Amino acid sequence: MTDLINLHISEAADLLAKKEISSVELTRAHLAEMEKGRVLNAYITETPERAMADAEVSDKRRANGESLGALDGIPIANKDLYCTKDVRTTAASKILSNFLPTYESTVTQKLKDAGTVMLGKVNTDQFAMGGSTRTSYFGESKNPWTDANGEYALTPGGSSGGSAAAVAAGLCMGATGSDTGGSIRQPASFCGITGIKPTYGRCSRWGIVAFASSLDQAGPMARSVKDCAIMLESMAGYDKKDSTSVNTPVPNYLSALTGDIRGKKIGVPKEYRMDGMNEDVAKVWDKGIQFLKDAGAEVVEISMPHTKYALPVYYIIACAEASSNLSRYDGVRYTTRVEGATLDDMYKNTRTDGFGDEVIRRILLGTFVLSAGFYDAYYTRAQRVRRLIAEDFKKAFETVDAIVAPAAPTPALSFADMANMDPVSTYLGDVFTTPSSLAGVPAMALPVGMSSNGLPIGLQIIGKHFDENTVFQVADVMEKSAGFNLMPHRVKG
Amino acid sequence: MAFNEETVANVANLARLNLTDEQKQKFAGEVDGILNWVEQLQEVNVDGIEPLVSVTEQTDAIRADVVTDGGIQADLMKNAPESAHGFYVVPKMVE
Repeated sequence: MTDLINLHISEAADLLAKKEISSVELTRAHLAEMEKGRVLNAYITETPERAMADAEVSDKRRANGESLGALDGIPIANKDLYCTKDVRTTAASKILSNFLPTYESTVTQKLKDAGTVMLGKVNTDQFAMGGSTRTSYFGESKNPWTDANGEYALTPGGSSGGSAAAVAAGLCMGATGSDTGGSIRQPASFCGITGIKPTYGRCSRWGIVAFASSLDQAGPMARSVKDCAIMLESMAGYDKKDSTSVNTPVPNYLSALTGDIRGKKIGVPKEYRMDGMNEDVAKVWDKGIQFLKDAGAEVVEISMPHTKYALPVYYIIACAEASSNLSRYDGVRYTTRVEGATLDDMYKNTRTDGFGDEVIRRILLGTFVLSAGFYDAYYTRAQRVRRLIAEDFKKAFETVDAIVAPAAPTPALSFADMANMDPVSTYLGDVFTTPSSLAGVPAMALPVGMSSNGLPIGLQIIGKHFDENTVFQVADVMEKSAGFNLMPHRVKG
Repeated sequence: MAFNEETVANVANLARLNLTDEQKQKFAGEVDGILNWVEQLQEVNVDGIEPLVSVTEQTDAIRADVVTDGGIQADLMKNAPESAHGFYVVPKMVE
């Protein structure tokens, strides 16, 4: 019998359509794998009863000839930042550890409407603040790729690290992630899977616990470019409940996978080739560039002079927006309260007890840069430099169709290495992903090669606003050329 | 500028956080480090550059000023740590 865990979404969809497998079988296989994979701590909340019920309904629908399409009956996981009706939604925080949303986020509703089966809610950095899942109140997730000693000692990346670990280990077929400054692309690279941050405004943010509203964007993570295309097509679209979602038609993403990129012009930003760059990452980047040339694309060097300012701009803007967004956790509306003599004392006690250190650090920085006397020097200046960064992309896309760059400056780091890093050093992990986040353009990460110590390394394909099609088209060709083995990295035992 | 323990105390109060002396010292050092690192933005010439607020150049969405939901008081109270008669309860704030 086919090993159901090994299937891509597109393959399972074919087998389901031919009635060679059922959603119940597929779901059961994944629930069993989840049990085996608990050592990875990928899930915060498992929802097996809900999953089996969803699967049975899907099979019935199909038996009646009413299949909803490629995602009908496909078991997926949702990042625990998406509000799911009556299913605990924690944002991996203490302050929301008992929060039961009374509504469903637009994106998870769309996936539900497409017939998906929800296996559970997966781990993230607390309020999506971090790149390792180390800031989760529920403990870090482990990368299914082991270190040299065969130990689960590496970070899956973050913030969508639970999503990435679960997809990579076959604990789900695909997962929702969210990306503010690289939170889909960096974990995808660390775990050897694919993930796309679509254009800002492509997916509704309604019902996603807010971190930095001008940057947050939903996106899919899966084991192939095609699977991401299938998922994104369901997730995307205008939503009047999110006034920043853009009212423009969602194209057929699968039709973009033509396998032909002859004549496409691909840019390589020279500023991304930094001094002291990780050799393995540089090699994989060169390899990827060669793949594109071999496929008939024209690769040209481009210049994006404001690249080096993206990280500081990002941390000012993201923290400022976070400090504002997180002011809602006041001990009045969201389940957790720590009493105090006065209203202010209650606010302070609740918030200090409910937020972890990374969240507090970012609220402090964000509050400071928005405070009287410092607003213009920090916040307004960052917004001005943000425009210069966005213009770098605009200029680049006057001459190229897409950009190819690394997704992360290193392969997955070990928890031991990360324990000794100061905040600024950990922030440097977002160096290749924050520029496109600030510009709001779509960017996809996919595995292209391996490091000398046997860990996956991903590259990014970055496109123009609302041109996910070109991103998918180029990524698909890169994926086929790389021939990366995208089978689940199975948990032992 | 130095982000010292006095600044951190002031900012923590604005953000409604209670920090211990030990936390104040730790966060002051860390945030000061971050602020020193973002100082590099001062070297960028931003004369005449408008702040970027919306990457998709969206204008504000307008809708009719009508109730679109309503009747969800029980739902809203579901996650309240303390409620009574359909209202949120907070510590007494008027003597």
